[in-house]
Amino acid sequence: MSSVETTPATATAVRKTALNAVHRQMGAKMVDFNGWDMPVEYPAAMGCGIINEHMAVRTGVGIFDVSHMGDIRLAGPKALDAVQHISMNDASRLAVGQAQYSALLYPQGTFVDDVIVHRLGEDEYLLVINAGTREKDFNWVRDNTRQFDCAVENLSDDFTQIAIQGPKGVEVLQKLTDADLSAVKFYWVTRGTICGLRDILIARTGYTAEDGFEIYIPADEATSARVWNEILNAGKEFGVVPCGLGARNTLRLEGKLPLYGHEISDTINVWEAGLDRFCKMEKTGFIGRAALEKAAPGVKRTLVGLEMVERGIARDGYKVLDDRGSEIGYVTSGSPAPFLKKNIALAYVPPEFAAVGTAVKVEIRGQSVGAQVVPTPFYKRPKKT
Amino acid sequence: MAYPTDRKYTKEHEWIQASGTTATVGITDHAQESLGDIVFVELPKVGAELAAGKTFGTVESVKAVSDLYAPASGTVTETNGDLTASPEKVNTDPHGSWMVKIALKNAGELDSLLSAADYEKFVAEESGH
Repeated sequence: MSSVETTPATATAVRKTALNAVHRQMGAKMVDFNGWDMPVEYPAAMGCGIINEHMAVRTGVGIFDVSHMGDIRLAGPKALDAVQHISMNDASRLAVGQAQYSALLYPQGTFVDDVIVHRLGEDEYLLVINAGTREKDFNWVRDNTRQFDCAVENLSDDFTQIAIQGPKGVEVLQKLTDADLSAVKFYWVTRGTICGLRDILIARTGYTAEDGFEIYIPADEATSARVWNEILNAGKEFGVVPCGLGARNTLRLEGKLPLYGHEISDTINVWEAGLDRFCKMEKTGFIGRAALEKAAPGVKRTLVGLEMVERGIARDGYKVLDDRGSEIGYVTSGSPAPFLKKNIALAYVPPEFAAVGTAVKVEIRGQSVGAQVVPTPFYKRPKKT
Repeated sequence: MAYPTDRKYTKEHEWIQASGTTATVGITDHAQESLGDIVFVELPKVGAELAAGKTFGTVESVKAVSDLYAPASGTVTETNGDLTASPEKVNTDPHGSWMVKIALKNAGELDSLLSAADYEKFVAEESGH
């Protein structure tokens, strides 16, 4: 038996979050993720493993160390203009305390990265960016906002970012903070004291297609470990488990949340990725807009959801074939879906194969295995009652 | 983890338990532990010829795809159909969850495989403990 990790390791020096020792102490299985030594899952002996961690987030609560994510702050009189110039969503619609999903684009309309834009103050914005693109993103933002009167700061190493995700997340975090979390709507932020730490940024955001929060605490090891453990203790009555990148990936895949390097990249444009609703073409002058306007009518491939109808698991990079066996596209992310109990995938195919119900094949170890196009997101969280 | 002494082990983390000229093959506790939740097992058909050291099937966890390597050469006489429906049994009982039964071509091939004690040592070294 020889294991082939579906996320390839990189050869650069490995970076560690402030919680690295805590993960190792808990017996987490560690992997190299975009140059970061991160937990992929915690031991089965403590009720974890990708499936249990995934289910905890769907039905209860799980917590993730996502400190590898980067943070860029833009502040100053022209901060809004700067954010508008480099991002595709319309940040002028954000009230103070509100956040939005957006993306940084190259002039050709492809992705530098996807980001969450938080409006923290009248003239203050925080972009939360991906781990693997931290330096690239910061340089991009700095270089493309020089003409605006606003300071650009890389705060990536300043925070330990912990995600508390799942329907019970609000109850767990409420035990540890004076902030009234019921008043914080999804994709809004507040500040409050958490575990005795004052003025902590608390965002009702996440990457799990579930309700949840992400908190930004000081990045020193002692504080990070203390807060991590206090959340686990507070969550005991709700069955909280620590979750690794394995569950993070399966959760985001069920919710069709894009992953940089998979569904979006520097060679994939906004229309192909199906992220139209986050791209405000009525907004003038943002980088990538002109190319997108030209590209709109001629999209040659589109992102679809697949469900395997025959026995087999589609994996990242596998070929998608038509029913005659001709190659028509490729899988960007594929996995068993622990909550849906199906084998699902996202794939790029020509638009004529994108209709729900279209029968296609996925090539798995030389065999053509039946799949069909299904509606996405695969999973949508139930509406609050 | 004490590895059963009634069988031999490979450095690719399979076990093989011989009885005369037939043998059963599975993966070790260490293998299932490092794979994580196993969700898919693909085995050869009865009658397939296995060659020592060559792949004969696939086991997949949520996250990873792994090849199975034949510890010895032989002809498949039976496969464990239980694992198709319940692949998670490999996690809960790795040393009881045999995958294929083979008629050994040359029982002498097993002599070069690892004993339980040697395998345990190998695993400890490999995981840097």
